[in-house]
Amino acid sequence: MTTSAAWLKIDGDRVTPALQEALQKLDHAGGEAVLDFTAVRRIDPSAIRELEKLAGFAGGKACKIVLHGVNMDVYKVLKLVKLAPRFSFLS
Amino acid sequence: MPENVAPLSEERMAYLEGLVSQARNAAAVFTQYTQEDVDRIVKRMVLAGLDQAQYLARLAVEETKLGVMEDKAIKNMVATEFVYNYVKDKRTVGAIREDPEHGLVEMAEPIGVIFSLTPITNPTSTVLFKCIMAIKTRNAVIFSPHPNSLHCCAEAVRIMYETAVKHGAPEGVLSCLGAHTMPDNAYLMRHKDVGLIDATGGPGAVKAAYSSGKPALGVGAGNTPVYLEKTADLDMAVVDIITSKTFDNGTICASEQTVAIDDEIYDLVLKKFADLGAHICNEKDTALLGRTVIDPETGVMRPMAVGQKAADIARVVGLSVKPNTKLLITPIRGVGRDHPLSVEKLFPVLAVYRAMSVDDALKVCVDVNRLGGIGHTAVVFSRNDEVIHKFSEAMNAGRIIVNSPGAIGALGGVYNDLVPTFSFGCGTGGGNSTTDNVNVYHYLNIKRVARRAQAHMWFRVPNQIYFNTNAVENLRQFPSRSTLIVTNPALEQMGHVDIVRRSIPPETFVRVCAIPDAEPEFKVVMQGVEALNSYKVDQIVALGGGSVIDAAKIMKLMYESPEADLEELAAPFLDIRKRVAQYPAEKSNRLRMIAISTTSGTGSEVTPFAVLFDKERGRKVTLVDYSLSPDVAIVDPQFVMSMPKGLTADTGIDCLTHALEAGVSTYASPYTDSNAMQAIRLVFKYLPIAYEHPRDEEARSMMHNAACIAALAFSNASVGVNHALAHAFGARFGVAHGRANALMLPHVIAYNASVPTKFRPSPNQRAYVAHKKYAMIADLLGLGGKSIEEKVNNLVTATEQLLDRLEIPRSIAALGISKEEFERAMPDLAKIAFDDPSWQSNPRMPLVSELIELFWSAYHGRSPARDAAAFPQPAEMEVCV
Repeated sequence: MTTSAAWLKIDGDRVTPALQEALQKLDHAGGEAVLDFTAVRRIDPSAIRELEKLAGFAGGKACKIVLHGVNMDVYKVLKLVKLAPRFSFLS
Repeated sequence: MPENVAPLSEERMAYLEGLVSQARNAAAVFTQYTQEDVDRIVKRMVLAGLDQAQYLARLAVEETKLGVMEDKAIKNMVATEFVYNYVKDKRTVGAIREDPEHGLVEMAEPIGVIFSLTPITNPTSTVLFKCIMAIKTRNAVIFSPHPNSLHCCAEAVRIMYETAVKHGAPEGVLSCLGAHTMPDNAYLMRHKDVGLIDATGGPGAVKAAYSSGKPALGVGAGNTPVYLEKTADLDMAVVDIITSKTFDNGTICASEQTVAIDDEIYDLVLKKFADLGAHICNEKDTALLGRTVIDPETGVMRPMAVGQKAADIARVVGLSVKPNTKLLITPIRGVGRDHPLSVEKLFPVLAVYRAMSVDDALKVCVDVNRLGGIGHTAVVFSRNDEVIHKFSEAMNAGRIIVNSPGAIGALGGVYNDLVPTFSFGCGTGGGNSTTDNVNVYHYLNIKRVARRAQAHMWFRVPNQIYFNTNAVENLRQFPSRSTLIVTNPALEQMGHVDIVRRSIPPETFVRVCAIPDAEPEFKVVMQGVEALNSYKVDQIVALGGGSVIDAAKIMKLMYESPEADLEELAAPFLDIRKRVAQYPAEKSNRLRMIAISTTSGTGSEVTPFAVLFDKERGRKVTLVDYSLSPDVAIVDPQFVMSMPKGLTADTGIDCLTHALEAGVSTYASPYTDSNAMQAIRLVFKYLPIAYEHPRDEEARSMMHNAACIAALAFSNASVGVNHALAHAFGARFGVAHGRANALMLPHVIAYNASVPTKFRPSPNQRAYVAHKKYAMIADLLGLGGKSIEEKVNNLVTATEQLLDRLEIPRSIAALGISKEEFERAMPDLAKIAFDDPSWQSNPRMPLVSELIELFWSAYHGRSPARDAAAFPQPAEMEVCV
């Protein structure tokens, strides 16, 4: 079991591509990953789709994805689309 | 898969799930948008809708074969421009309304996914309207148009959606089912991610929506009655009715269906209709039309006629009319199945009825209203406000349109200031949840943020209080023609009445009413009222203790307001500011009341309370109102110099109880505290002296002042559980009020200072502070102690020592009441004490079991100070005092 944790910063101006890149890195690196959302002000439906993929990937590999610094508005979106339980959150 | 839904193919289900999923995601994303974001998008959508209004109207007419293209274009413009005009400045994000005065803020919360059914009659306009509402409120909508208007509606949704997304709305926010079936609707109506169904359409769609178990806005059928009353502007009325009934060939469900016309103007009105292009059917034509356009089996209109031109309908039916006939007018003699044309007709056929009176017209309108149009729309043309009011009272309609066209009037914003809409709520009568013109606020969950209100407090006292020896001489300044002195025989015998008489101006005619020295009975009060009436009294001087002064207060009340219902006025209340019973403001007589107290305890000379003894029921009736407070109080110690020792002790402890209870009351304020604390200090200092040295003038004077000062406190902060216990016990066993209070007092202090078993709502207090207040009193009295608990204990001990010094029995048992007798009385005592309003302001809400425990503590006379475990003390808390 790997114990390494990747720390990936999500660019607030290009959230969807950043999440796609994160998924690729995670696919290659494996293990736990922390996605730094501190720069993310809003997410859109395409970002939600990428997050769904990330959650599916994490579920399949039994690894943990931690979202760091998610603001309240984005957190509420994740709750509404029922994605929140599929991630861990770090303030 | 939701239950009880007809089976769908997996492919179809996946399609519907996809629609819901994208709508759900869009709605979630939309929650991040600001007011400025949505306003910007909405404006662009409105402009796009206006730009395509004619195109969409043409599509609608081509597809549905209903209505008039030009009118549908106007409807599309109303649905965009007029709706925008209404919503553009409305806040629908975050705080949408603020009421700082009442500490209330309303905040908008989007619903999420809305499943929306749209009708065939107003297809594109309804879609445009709902798209704008949805985006303005940050919701996602899945549209399900009427099957015969799918294409035009899908096109309207497309135009709105593409514009919205282009200007920043989340993708997937608006969508429209393509070809669909009832199972699709059923599936979506029950989908867990759909938050609201907005069903604008026929009764079937509305019923399905409400039956789904989801929150729904269902708006449905109408059958608009019109009363054309003789005072109306007839030219305007006729044009308005033709305009409305022919608008889009009558497809708007708010359009006029049956017009009741006053007999006096009936023929003239029909001529005016005919002059403007209407065809007036004869009896035979009317019958033919009725059989043709109304289904005789069901009694409802046939689809073949809906939205068709009058001339075309006439041709199909076989009536001979002019080619440019706008409207077919069919005289009817009644309403119901025997008069087929009295039902809803979404085409240019209008029933008319000759009304022989206002009542006749109203009855017909009520019948039409209730024949399928309940809750929808009604129209009246009249210049008589009384008629308009009467009509409005009689109709059950969400919209009552006055002197304007029903269809366009109901849409709102054109002829009046109704909210522009394309969905008419019909209220419960129409099986709907609202009577409103459905608007953006129905697409929001409105959260109400209610801040804790700062309760308004008060400090009300008589405006004149004269005190110190010979204060009675101040009576001279009050002119009176006829004065009644209410007193008791003992005081008369002691010469007190003479002292008072000497101070009343010589020109005043003075009479004396001596009443028994006991809590007044109604009979006694009414004897006094009789005297007031026969002597035409303008001033009443109450000279005595609490009983006499209370009697005089009630005499004054009954004299000034003979209709006052004492039973009702004594009704219990939780908050004096919100009480049900209102003391009479209208007074048939006016009387000045001057109270001179002859005991140093009740303080009745300044209080708004009066106690009456209900002999029949064996209970005390307490009246409370500031209008009962005497106008003038005289606190002259010369009248208490000869008080017997026992009375001095009992009334003195009554005064102490008032002050202590006011001090810890939930209505205590800095104003009452200052009086309560001073009274407590005076009692502890001077009561023992007054008791042991009755002729000590200073002690008597100070105790007399203390009683009045304590009364000023409890007049505004009220008393507490001690009084509730004492009232019940005193009445049952005939024990003087002060003594009954004394028996309970140490136990109640310990009880109130402990952790409440139950907290009661008390907006006046921010924290439980009774123990701290008692500790503060202990400090004031210099009783010592380091902790709050120790200080409270010292106060209890000091109270017990005071009672001992006054030689007051320390237990109920010591009064000679047997345990068995007390036990037998206990159920009644507990009930009466709990019913007593006195404890309502007690800091600790007493449970009945606790009242029983307190009674037994008082019975046995256990020392609460030495038995600290009886009531657990609160932990040290940081509280505001």
